[in-house]
Amino acid sequence: MLISKQKPLEEILSYLEGDKNIFLIGCKGCAEGWESGGEKQVAEMKSTLQEKGKTITGSVVVDMLCDSVLTKLKLRAYKKEIAAADSIMVLTDGAGVQTVAELVNKVVHPGCNTLSSGGAHAEWKEAERCLECGDCVLEFTGGLCPIARCSKHLLNGPCGGSQGGKCEVDPNIPCVWQQIVDRLAKLGQLDKLERLVTPKNWSVSLISGPPVKSLS
Amino acid sequence: MKTKSNLERVIESKIFAVTGELGPPQSADPEVIRRKAKILKGYVDACNVTDGQTAVVRMASWAACLIAKEEGLDPIVQMTCRDRNRIALQMDVLGIAALGINNMLCLTGDHQKFGNHPTAKGVYDLDSIQLVKMVKDMRDEKKFQCGEAMAVEPRLFIGAAENPFADPFEFRAPRLAKKVAAGADFIQTQIVYNVDKFAEWMKMVRDKGLHERVKILAGVAPIKSVGAARYMKTRVPGMDVPDGVVARLQGVPKEQVSKEGIKLCIDIINQVREIEGVAGIHLMAIEWEEAVPEMIEAAGLLPRPKFVA
Ligand code: SF4
Repeated sequence: MLISKQKPLEEILSYLEGDKNIFLIGCKGCAEGWESGGEKQVAEMKSTLQEKGKTITGSVVVDMLCDSVLTKLKLRAYKKEIAAADSIMVLTDGAGVQTVAELVNKVVHPGCNTLSSGGAHAEWKEAERCLECGDCVLEFTGGLCPIARCSKHLLNGPCGGSQGGKCEVDPNIPCVWQQIVDRLAKLGQLDKLERLVTPKNWSVSLISGPPVKSLS
Repeated sequence: MKTKSNLERVIESKIFAVTGELGPPQSADPEVIRRKAKILKGYVDACNVTDGQTAVVRMASWAACLIAKEEGLDPIVQMTCRDRNRIALQMDVLGIAALGINNMLCLTGDHQKFGNHPTAKGVYDLDSIQLVKMVKDMRDEKKFQCGEAMAVEPRLFIGAAENPFADPFEFRAPRLAKKVAAGADFIQTQIVYNVDKFAEWMKMVRDKGLHERVKILAGVAPIKSVGAARYMKTRVPGMDVPDGVVARLQGVPKEQVSKEGIKLCIDIINQVREIEGVAGIHLMAIEWEEAVPEMIEAAGLLPRPKFVA
């Protein structure tokens, strides 16, 4: 069970600056259980964003957003609504956000921070997709996580060892920063990487925060 | 001048700069450093002292810097994010400046997997760009990373590294721009063997006007053997050794390979000097310090300027 909590509204709105038409996605799995992105929260977010002048082109709550096969099938029915959106807001944990980013060629915004995996790692089987850092950065990295997938958790771009798309630490694993640069280039958003990312707040992560995390 | 660094003075006087490199020993023996420093003295304007290079345990960079300074070098302390969090980094920055070391090179660091303690826990609390910014704010704003003020600031000339040969190539100049924006005063590059690719990168750097905001020292290093060239070509991440380089070394009799390696390096020095925006070289003759004096002389880079700090 991935434990997630909605990001502050201010932060969510800052992500959506410049975007008028938004498609909303929630999850009936963990996010429903933790009230961060279930049916109710998606409906609430819809009206909040409408109040702030956004147009919601559509919304969907998927049973298990981290299951990419299922999500792919489900999103097929929303092709038009997704195409009409400037970007997609996903209300669930980091695994779900990255599933959507992998499936859809659009900017994907994380609406939640992942606090803990509660021992499980969602439906992803081939790679670590979320390291429960508690302060989701997927907004700035094209929906690919450099905390979970870069060997040095780098936040300001690739290290000097990235070569041929592979990580310097192990030629069998892809360099996620190459993937991030490729994806942002495809989305025409490479300028997102020009920003100096400040030191991360590790106190909310499971790695250096308190060993047991609750929602309080 | 921001600092008492000799390197800063050389660079600000628009003299083509030369920095060297010194690797501390895997022991507590100070003589190793004294011996290497004596060879380099008078031939380099400042000298990097590596910080657990390739993640192998060696004498601390700051300690070896002090010994090198006693021998008359202007040491550049190397500082990696691999082994220290922001608390330890800032404590070291204060200590280093208090000991009279004038330069610091900010690095992410080679991954612990490559060293002799591969089971260690890597830190990586900050990345090299965040480290540059933190040191710059300590120096120029008298502020710790948390925002609190300090009484006496660390006056360090701040360097960073860049690898023009790593991927994604198109992001390498923008990444340099971030280091400049973060506050780097000088840049040392990965070793250049592929001069064409380096020139291409320098063009991207000039197009962004970065060569005017930061001083770029091209990394160069002599190769001792064909085996070493092959090893660098295939095994060292982020290295670009063209086939022509290996072929050139293969083309001479075995006993002349090291001489040819030195010649090749001098040729590269002469080529990078011609590239607009290159402010100096960073000569890395690790465990081959003896080669440095003749190379600097043959490249016509003597005498080195003397400044009284
Ligand atoms: S090669 Fe890529 S994934 Fe590996 S440590 Fe460097 S930036 Fe991170």
